[in-house]
Amino acid sequence: MQKYVSQIHRCFRCGYCKFPTDYSSFNCPSYRRFRFDSYSTGGRLWLIYAWLKGEIEWSEHFAEILYACTTCKNCTEQCPMKFAPDIVDWIVGARSDMVEKGKIPPRVARFFEAVNSYGNPFKQLRSARAAWASSTKRYAPGDEYLLYIGCLGSYDENGAKMARSLVDILNASGVSFGILGKEEECCGNEIYMLGETGLFQSLADKNNRQFKELGVSKVITLCPHGYHTMKNLYPASGGNFKVYHYTQILSDLIKRHKIRPARAKAKVTYHDPCFLGRYNNVYEEPRQILQSIPGIELVEMERSRKDAFCCGGGSGNFVTDLLAGSADSPARIRAREAYEIGADTLAVACPSCLTMLTDAVKSENLDDKLVVKDVSRILKELLPAR
Amino acid sequence: MTTTSALYDSLVKIIGKDFVSGHKEERYFYARDGGVMPPHEPDFVVMPKTPAEVQEIVKLANKDRIPIVPVGAGLALTGLVIPQRGGIVLDMKRMDRILEVNKKARYVVVEAGVTQGALKSYLQKHHPQLRHSIPDAPPVATIVANAVIHGQGRLSQQHGFNSDMVSGLEVVLPTGELCCIGSCSVSSYWFSKGAPLPDLSGLFLGWFGTTGIITKLGLKLYPCKKMREVMLFLTDKAELVSDIMLRLSHTEMIEDVVVSAQPLPLRFRGTFWIMTYITGDSDEELEFKRKMVWDALWEYFENRDVGFLSVSPDMKAPLMSMPSKDTSRFADVAKGGGFQYAGPITPVEKFPAFMRKLEEVAAKYNVFYASTTRLIGPGHCMMFSFSFSFNRANADEMARAKRALDECSKFALEEGGVLWKADIDEQRLLMDKMDPNTLALMKKIRQLLDPNGIMNPGNWEVR
Repeated sequence: MQKYVSQIHRCFRCGYCKFPTDYSSFNCPSYRRFRFDSYSTGGRLWLIYAWLKGEIEWSEHFAEILYACTTCKNCTEQCPMKFAPDIVDWIVGARSDMVEKGKIPPRVARFFEAVNSYGNPFKQLRSARAAWASSTKRYAPGDEYLLYIGCLGSYDENGAKMARSLVDILNASGVSFGILGKEEECCGNEIYMLGETGLFQSLADKNNRQFKELGVSKVITLCPHGYHTMKNLYPASGGNFKVYHYTQILSDLIKRHKIRPARAKAKVTYHDPCFLGRYNNVYEEPRQILQSIPGIELVEMERSRKDAFCCGGGSGNFVTDLLAGSADSPARIRAREAYEIGADTLAVACPSCLTMLTDAVKSENLDDKLVVKDVSRILKELLPAR
Repeated sequence: MTTTSALYDSLVKIIGKDFVSGHKEERYFYARDGGVMPPHEPDFVVMPKTPAEVQEIVKLANKDRIPIVPVGAGLALTGLVIPQRGGIVLDMKRMDRILEVNKKARYVVVEAGVTQGALKSYLQKHHPQLRHSIPDAPPVATIVANAVIHGQGRLSQQHGFNSDMVSGLEVVLPTGELCCIGSCSVSSYWFSKGAPLPDLSGLFLGWFGTTGIITKLGLKLYPCKKMREVMLFLTDKAELVSDIMLRLSHTEMIEDVVVSAQPLPLRFRGTFWIMTYITGDSDEELEFKRKMVWDALWEYFENRDVGFLSVSPDMKAPLMSMPSKDTSRFADVAKGGGFQYAGPITPVEKFPAFMRKLEEVAAKYNVFYASTTRLIGPGHCMMFSFSFSFNRANADEMARAKRALDECSKFALEEGGVLWKADIDEQRLLMDKMDPNTLALMKKIRQLLDPNGIMNPGNWEVR
């Protein structure tokens, strides 16, 4: 990660990072929100380089520019340079240096404090982590899957609904699984992206150790952020288990006719979460689920798959909210985009996207025209009552 | 005299606090571009949304003689939007609406911040039968800024500089008045920037924002054929390139001719790649044009002076893309994020002399070079780029690149060329060589339009 110091000057600020593939609009969420070039990836990289050279001093404004990046990876997709795959690492590396120097935005500092003290960014009690779960079975050796819920699924109202829908479907399909309940730890993905590498390591170690002690060999995650970090970052710390996002499991269950949804009537568009799509190339399974439902018309927004426009929630922004407060906030733009193509349902597969876009629909006064639902809830509502 | 704090308050009153910044971070970024010119910070960066807001800002600046610099994407690379005397930078990219496409009169009217990428995408989606002349700059380059620097693009061989394709302007004058230029000054149509009226667009195009701020621009659109093809010819004889370009343009069948030369990778060294683009609505049309091009160069094929290279699909994709990402990639050849070129406009016959000079200068200053040449008009002139990439982390390398650029520019001027998007040093070279009466006319025009000298001062400044 620290190689950014010797590489970051290579950005030419050509601006490709701002766009989707067809250049139709601006696809960098923080640039789209603030519009000063300093908030684009090129601007950020030039400012970091200036900071390293001592040409600018640290300031709260600089830190907010750095932390307004949602690490959505659009820049990596679009940058024409050979270093494109390293851009997010460079951003994270610079944040890590800021953390070490104790110079971060207060909202980010509070995020770290909350996760460190409470095990979640919402300052909720650890004992309340499984409040959503009622009688959901705890994981025991011999279960095929560990269902990892994550902080948003455990504490956020929308996320909890998502978790309950998924549990109901898995139960109805006869899947062997269990949850960790209040023993579950934060996955640390946002902590990593925000640059607190020490705290991330501690969380990764705890989770890896716990999974190993329980003999976990397969994990289903509710959240793409957890999916990404467990799949791609945990192995470096000894993680040795297979990871699935829940849409991959549900898609498979549908293919094997373990789930047979009833007919629906809806015009649905699907919003690709960054950590499922651009980070892990999972584009098909959520769409396969929706397409398997009779009566659902699936329509694509202009920006989809690797060109999907981030909801603005990544890198902890679903809590720190550095991109909020404007009609140009990414989630509000995305909500309008879904509405403008005539969808009545905006389907998501991430609790962060769910909460960001649900709030955005309210802010846009679209509550009676567009509903935001996660894929598992859409499916759950179409299963026969038990 | 307005204090900094009072100026900030006034700007906020005009466009709101979200779009005014006096922060060091914005001042740092807008103080420089990707080239080698020294930075200079503005006092404020603002992002207007409407012509009325631009007018208010200009009136405010004019009242207190505050320098003002309009900025597109800052991609000229020659420091043209570096605020040499500080003041207010106007980032125009929030004025991003495509206002009108007139299909039957084949033009589009855009606001000042519309990007090349956005217009390309819009036309492909809504008017696939029409196109504009896309430059090789990255897609974030704006239509207006490209016209203001007399840019060229994919249709320049057929239709001249991109600024020749302008079909009307709306301009905020340095004293704050909003002014229409061309047919739009007497009609609701934007089909001509001048004729049959006096062509006042020349007061603004090529002036780098020193005579006013363009808020809207009409641009001619051209038929977009269904099919497009590239034919790639190679020669190792620089002295033949001028004639090859002329023969190709003589066919009146080609869309674009670009000649590229670079020493690395080694397979490119000593060879000139002549990329010839043709378009058609049918296989028959393409085949006919292919044959015309082939016939034009037949003598050279027979003598084995020119070869034809079959283009594989993976080679073809970057050659066909508009804009080409390869242009930006050149900035990372030295793994250093720096790239600048001197791009004189010059008679086509100068190609071999310019090529020799490029190689000589690159060796002298030990900098990595490349060159891209584009034919402008059917043989009237060409843009020859002396391109150098450098490592921004290496001050010595940047200084050598700057000296190499300066020497190439002086050479081009001595050879009868005219410097394109000249930096302030090159502008002085041009003005030193310019006819004194022409220079005096330029001075009068500037004084008349901008009596307080607030517009992008330092550029086109006649002493």
